[in-house]
Amino acid sequence: MSGAKSHPYHIVNPSPWPFVSSALAFAMAIFAIMYMHGSSIAPMTVVFVALVITAALWWRDVVAEGRNGHDHTEAVRHGLRMGMLLFIVSEVMFFFAFFWAYFNASIPALSFVASPTWPPEGIVPLETWTLPFLNTLILLTSGVTVTYAHHAIRLGDNKRGATGILLTVLLGVLFTACQAYEYGHASFGFKDGIYSSTFYLATGFHGFHVIVGTIFLAVCYFRTIKGHFSPEGHIGFEAAAWYWHFVDVVWLFLFTAVYWWGSAGYVH
Amino acid sequence: MANAADAHHDDHGHDDHYPGFFSRWFCSTNHKDIGTVYLYLSMFAAIVGGGMSWYIRLELAEPGIQHIDDFQFYNVLLTAHGFLMVFFVVMPAMIGGFGNWFVPLMIGAPDMAFPRMNNISLWLTFAGLGMLLISAFVGSGVGTGWTVYPPLSSGIYHPSAAVDFGILSLHLAGAASILGAINFIVTIFNMRAPGMTMHKMPLFVWSILVTAFLLLLALPVLAGALTMLLTDRNFGTHFFDPAGGGDPILWQHLFWFFGHPEVYIIILPAFGIISQIVSTFSKKPVFGYLGMAYAMAAIGVVGFVVWAHHMYTVGLDVDTRAYFTAATMVIAVPTGVKIFSWLATMWGGSIDFKTPMLYAFGFIFLFVVGGVTGVTLANSSADLVFHDTYFVVAHFHYVMAIAAIFAMFGAWYYWIGKMSGKQYSEGLGKLQFWVFFVGVNLLFFPQHFAGLAGMPRRIPDYPDAYAGWNYISSVGALITAIGTVLFFVILFRTYAAGSKAEQNPWGEGATTLEWHVPSPAPFHTFEDQPDMSGKAPAE
Repeated sequence: MSGAKSHPYHIVNPSPWPFVSSALAFAMAIFAIMYMHGSSIAPMTVVFVALVITAALWWRDVVAEGRNGHDHTEAVRHGLRMGMLLFIVSEVMFFFAFFWAYFNASIPALSFVASPTWPPEGIVPLETWTLPFLNTLILLTSGVTVTYAHHAIRLGDNKRGATGILLTVLLGVLFTACQAYEYGHASFGFKDGIYSSTFYLATGFHGFHVIVGTIFLAVCYFRTIKGHFSPEGHIGFEAAAWYWHFVDVVWLFLFTAVYWWGSAGYVH
Repeated sequence: MANAADAHHDDHGHDDHYPGFFSRWFCSTNHKDIGTVYLYLSMFAAIVGGGMSWYIRLELAEPGIQHIDDFQFYNVLLTAHGFLMVFFVVMPAMIGGFGNWFVPLMIGAPDMAFPRMNNISLWLTFAGLGMLLISAFVGSGVGTGWTVYPPLSSGIYHPSAAVDFGILSLHLAGAASILGAINFIVTIFNMRAPGMTMHKMPLFVWSILVTAFLLLLALPVLAGALTMLLTDRNFGTHFFDPAGGGDPILWQHLFWFFGHPEVYIIILPAFGIISQIVSTFSKKPVFGYLGMAYAMAAIGVVGFVVWAHHMYTVGLDVDTRAYFTAATMVIAVPTGVKIFSWLATMWGGSIDFKTPMLYAFGFIFLFVVGGVTGVTLANSSADLVFHDTYFVVAHFHYVMAIAAIFAMFGAWYYWIGKMSGKQYSEGLGKLQFWVFFVGVNLLFFPQHFAGLAGMPRRIPDYPDAYAGWNYISSVGALITAIGTVLFFVILFRTYAAGSKAEQNPWGEGATTLEWHVPSPAPFHTFEDQPDMSGKAPAE
């Protein structure tokens, strides 16, 4: 190159991972369609595993760049934070579509074919103040533990930081387990009309995001133990914490709209 | 001006440190190379998608069935034409191609904020294109129109996997665009040269910034709707199926909540390009710079609250239609600001009629024609008659299709010297403009009359009464085809025998930063960022 750069930005070397992951995404899309039309799920699963490995290799490079002491300047970290925030904004808009579908089905003023009662006739909704409320408490508590971890890392106390993250991960796993139990014991099946469609896709995509956030935090747990984070530089953890808060807020909307308001019309 | 820029004047040897072939083109982290590949992707898709439209015009040249006796195949052609032109021609060229090339150059940034993510945007777009091309060969293809309305797109009417290929094609291309949008926003907010405040950025950069926000907010909603359609088709959900309590109109709401911002995603970068060209060749700064920037922001914001004007005939109540009529007409205000500011920029200027400037004039004419019919269609009462006629087809081809193509041609002629180091032939460029201008107007203007007389969209045959206008339209398509072939001749001639492009071929009017680096722009630019303090906007 032409000697030293004078700007604070990161000029990244060529990388095979974007091309490899795009090729794998292409293959996975084709195998997914073949699976939907009756073929085995195995090829899709294999490609999915390869995609996850590729993503891990890509992030391995990012982590190495973050730790080499010169690539992730303050300006670069600022950009990374902004990028994560924008990614979360796009995720919010993804959930926006499912909330739209939910209200379109449940509020007759919005649609001619909305159900006149909600839940629709024949649907026995989950009881709001039992498992769903417990799940709310679990996620709110996890918000506290992740903030505890954040404060600890900012104070340079990585031991307590790791403890806070570990507690958050455990609460995340507990939430997912409760959600799986709830799905297993719900009185309405996946294909039972529009109530089931909106319920399972909205809460299902939320659950998927909880799992992703849990894995993200679990990675941060190991990185904390290995001493990757400093009071100034802990972008990876910050992104995971922001993502976790986003998942938490989506749940509050789901709890309020779907589990609470959505079953208020039903007398158990 | 830029000390760095002038420092490597005619001395780009030390910056041209190119990686090997595979590494350079497949593993790229360079905004210029990625932009170049995006432009080739767009040209390839334009040949395929344009070819489809010419086949459609061949069928429609006379009443009766000439070539396409399988009507599902006709539907597949026009669906693929729409998808290709919107997602794989205009967006990759404007945002991926010119955006990638010139946003970093214009703000004095050394590259994009996330160079690897830039490359995955490119290759996911290829993946999406691949899925779309495959969909045409699965079962009987996707014959839904680009709007993919259920129940036509549901399992009952499209049982084969073709629609699933279409859905995942848009998922992949959409993910690519969301990542690209994040990249542009962060680049523009975080990497501007010192002293380059937001209010000094060239208008092309402003246009890409607003476009990126529209992409970020609109595409995930489409992703949600596509996911619902996919699960309706394959996993037994009932989002759009009345039998299970679902609502086909919900699809239309979700689709157009994305789809309307999408048409601004296509035209805003064109606004930015036209502003640069008009200013350069009038040798004046853009009239009303701040008004121009905020008019684009206003178009972006209002663009999110007008979507149901695509749905006037589905049975919305009259208050809803009154609101959407009023909100839609409001958009004419900021677009009017833009048109009159371009005219005011030219007013009193020393205008140089180079090919890009001809294309800018052409763009303004086409956009005004399409804008006027847009205001007509905004009236919900009138639209009950116009809906699904060729009047609508003529309207949106003027306002977003050929207007966008004119901006892309203008941008290519304007920047090819900077990108390739070779200058196009001015005489051939002007000839190509006139052929293309005559061709597209002959092609689309008669469709207004056919539509007003009642000719419906998306039908391969029509009564004899419409024969005259359709014949003229198909002759226009032939001339447009000749203009397109001529463009590729000019492209090859530029690479093979173009004269060497100067650093700034346009003279005093070209003030933005890309004209302060050599032609072709070296592999790495602005490793020392220029100091823009005290400089005028867009200089």
